[in-house]
Amino acid sequence: MANVPKDLRYTREHEWAKQEGDRVRVGITDYAQSELGDVVFVELPKVGAKVTAAKNFGVVESVKAVSDLFAPISGEIVEVNAELGQKPETVNQDPYGRGWMLVVKPSSKGEWDHLLTAQQYEALIAQGGH
Amino acid sequence: MSPPLKRTPLYHEHVAAGARMVPFGGWEMPVQYTGIIEEHRAARGAVGLFDVSHMGEFEVEGPGALAALQHLTTNDVAALEVGQVQYSVLCYPSGTIVDDLTVYRLADERYMITVNAGNIDKDWAHVTTSTAHVKDARWRNASEGTGLIAVQGPKAEALVGRLADCDVAAIGYYHFVRGRVAEVETVISRTGYTGEDGFELYAPADGTVKLWKALLAAGRADGATPVGLGARDTLRLEMKYALYGNDIDETTNALEAGLGWVVKPAKGEFIGREALEKSRAEGLRRRLVGIEMVDRAVARHGYPVQKDSRAVGVVTSGSYGPSVDRYIGIAYVETPLAAVGTPLEVEIRGQGKAARVARTPFYPPKVKKPA
Repeated sequence: MANVPKDLRYTREHEWAKQEGDRVRVGITDYAQSELGDVVFVELPKVGAKVTAAKNFGVVESVKAVSDLFAPISGEIVEVNAELGQKPETVNQDPYGRGWMLVVKPSSKGEWDHLLTAQQYEALIAQGGH
Repeated sequence: MSPPLKRTPLYHEHVAAGARMVPFGGWEMPVQYTGIIEEHRAARGAVGLFDVSHMGEFEVEGPGALAALQHLTTNDVAALEVGQVQYSVLCYPSGTIVDDLTVYRLADERYMITVNAGNIDKDWAHVTTSTAHVKDARWRNASEGTGLIAVQGPKAEALVGRLADCDVAAIGYYHFVRGRVAEVETVISRTGYTGEDGFELYAPADGTVKLWKALLAAGRADGATPVGLGARDTLRLEMKYALYGNDIDETTNALEAGLGWVVKPAKGEFIGREALEKSRAEGLRRRLVGIEMVDRAVARHGYPVQKDSRAVGVVTSGSYGPSVDRYIGIAYVETPLAAVGTPLEVEIRGQGKAARVARTPFYPPKVKKPA
């Protein structure tokens, strides 16, 4: 079974979001990395760029597939995980840790509550992830 | 509605091993067992076992068998000795490609051809209809009753050798013998689609599970690993071996696809000869080349290739190459841009990413050279 940490929130597109003070760290879930298989390329925006909830912010590619990444919340990017450029496989090895993608300074508070809880996300992937 | 997916004799073995099954050419096949890159490395570093039972096998027999194959295929079947294998192409009259295949001479007047899984029905119709006028050539579609396991990698010879009742080390590249492997009657063919030394073992469908299990068990100490279609694709990509449906199809000419080395007009008439002769005389408009990305980005099938923002071709295959640790691909480009080193751009999500024409194969082949 895929690991779904209780303290995170989730999107229906398999991103996770973690509250860290007034910022939100973002990555893809263990389920997502497992479904993708070996990640060989990650394309992320630059620090300072804006992301919008439920809109595409980048791309993750496995050997076989190209997948869009969707922002859990709107805001300004304050950190990007530069390690993924050289070591995209980190996303497979440690999706909730060293495989993080962005840190966002949210522009609105309300969006957080629209994200799935761990329980809701577990139910989603139990149905096959769609 | 699409027809139900077909399954190879090894389907239950794959499911039991935890493989991820996907549709491929009308078949339900393992794309990976543990991970594509790990499986790729197992085939390059030890030995990989591939279920390729979905491929089609047709036999043609009789005094007219040679004439039938000479008419159908671009290569010169008359040059083939009993026990030898030949890579070749089936063309339309336009010189574009019905399929690529291997031709086996089983006996004086008996041959087998191995065709791509997704093309079995199309090829069967093509070969039987196109040779209906040839006397004394009887076709038999042996696809259903035949299993096929590829054993590829530096430990392949030792592994197959331990289970075979004959000396497999003596089999030359693109040659075969009949023998028993793990007590299963097989055709042991020194061929493959990975660039590694190894064999393709044709077995009766009802003996394929026994053969697969024996290879896995006897190869455990060597690191024998089942390899899915995902790694089969990255392995062949590093060799720039064409994949039908990606790099070659009914719209691509055999010469522009770089298959001129198996097009032999000197042998006499064959389907597509006239068009290919004309195409060769007029000069080829485009060529299939290897490309490597200069910018960090992955080229994929269908992405446009540009030169100074002008459309000059299309990517036909692309991925990360695990053994070369680069993003590589195969693409058609206009002939003047086909020289190794030529800078190009691949359009990826609306942006031109720097690439260049690369020397191929990307990875040095380890196949056994003819004695």
